[in-house]
Amino acid sequence: MRRPFLNILLPLGTGLLMVACWYAVRHALSEDLKFLLPTPDEIWAALQANSESLSRATLNTSKGAVLGFVLAVVVSFGLALILSLSHLIRASLYPYLMILQMMPIIVIAPILVLWVGAGLNSVVIITFLICFFPLVVNTTQGLISTDRNLVELFRMYRATRWQETFWLRVPAALPYFFTGLRIAAVLAPIGALVGDYTAGSSAGDGGGLGFQAIIYSSQAKYSALFATAAVTCILGFVFAGAVNILSWLALSKWHDSYHRTDN
Amino acid sequence: MPVPPIVAFNHVVKRYGDGPVVIDGIDLTAAPGDFISLIGPSGCGKSTLLRLIAGLSPLTGGSLTVDGRTPEDAAAELAFVFQEPTLLPWLTVAHNIEVAQQLRGVSAADRATARRRAVELVRLHGRDSAYPRQLSGGQKMRVSLARALTLEPKILLLDEPFGALDEMTREHLNEELLDIREKQAWTAFFVTHSVAEAVFLSNRIIVMSANPGRIHREVRVDFPYPRTEATRLSRPYHDLVAEVSGLLRSVENT
Repeated sequence: MRRPFLNILLPLGTGLLMVACWYAVRHALSEDLKFLLPTPDEIWAALQANSESLSRATLNTSKGAVLGFVLAVVVSFGLALILSLSHLIRASLYPYLMILQMMPIIVIAPILVLWVGAGLNSVVIITFLICFFPLVVNTTQGLISTDRNLVELFRMYRATRWQETFWLRVPAALPYFFTGLRIAAVLAPIGALVGDYTAGSSAGDGGGLGFQAIIYSSQAKYSALFATAAVTCILGFVFAGAVNILSWLALSKWHDSYHRTDN
Repeated sequence: MPVPPIVAFNHVVKRYGDGPVVIDGIDLTAAPGDFISLIGPSGCGKSTLLRLIAGLSPLTGGSLTVDGRTPEDAAAELAFVFQEPTLLPWLTVAHNIEVAQQLRGVSAADRATARRRAVELVRLHGRDSAYPRQLSGGQKMRVSLARALTLEPKILLLDEPFGALDEMTREHLNEELLDIREKQAWTAFFVTHSVAEAVFLSNRIIVMSANPGRIHREVRVDFPYPRTEATRLSRPYHDLVAEVSGLLRSVENT
């Protein structure tokens, strides 16, 4: 069978199998426990019933996720350029970047609320913190992994520091940058959701998906909670898909990763 | 009146830091238009000689003039071809060929003209919009050569440019390189491990010995240019290849 065909058929088959198992488990549960696992059709119904609040929450979370993500991309790129200058700079800054990554969000969140207030500001900063590390690490690695022979070529032709950076090191780092971007794209909606859950606010145009999750769980609306999880997954797919398209546009013409002849 | 040399080594000594002496007491002058092959065991400093001409590394002793100036000041007269094609994989063939000029701030119109001329010289038609990964080893080397030729250098430094290619491709490119030399008059310094290649291309072969790198012997190759496939089949060619091979063996055994 042709591979493109299999590529669609196989995940579709796995999905159907999982849904079948889902219904089977639900069927096996005793009546008083059935509320623990709503079926896909119940979740679909909850999605429709709560469409207004969910779509508003999705919009708010997307806003936080996009802003935090873009901020992380811009800042990490600038920092990676500085870090790529010398290993002394990397040695001085890396431990603190690690600390930034280690800091637990649920501890940071109340502090952020104190500093910048609950709501979008905090959500953006939390998303930024979650996306930042994989971006800066991968981009820096890319910037310092330039082919030695190409660097030698540029030096022999007396390229300026600027030319060496922006004509050689930056394009050569693109594959690494996109590796970081893929990771960050999946983390961004989760970051925004966690941010919203821990530092969200219903003020203004209402909270995001995290805030909505708090409301549904306090109201014991379990189907709606599942619906919220589904929407978050879809948001993640949209982010990952957008980054895949960007990556394809930037790399497909020249990079070997798009032209594997094996497997 | 004698023509002033384009490159003149005068008792040149080179060591890196506190390391061993890499090359020791090199005296060598090149007249404009010379095609000089440097051949010798690894560690004889042949690549170091090219780096010194390129002004990438200071001398430890002696003096070196390139086009009547210091190597640093003469940098604009040089072009390089390495063993690796060193193409930028994200640029098309056309852009890769123009990169060297771009680094020197040549205008877009002049770059395009020089690029078309270089493509003509290396016979690489219809691949302008291809990316390096779509090219064969020989084609990549043609792009690399074209990039150097766009600069219309006075001196061309070639560091084992065809070392990674198969025999047939190598012989073709050897012939084309000599063809190009008829149309663009540069002086070549050509590092190689192939005696046959050195004899075919050069008018002078410098056999070097290692530890420290010294000039062991210079061999003149007086076959007239243009040289062709017929040259490779001739008796004197084979005799000279045998002679240089013998010299190379003698320095490798010491």
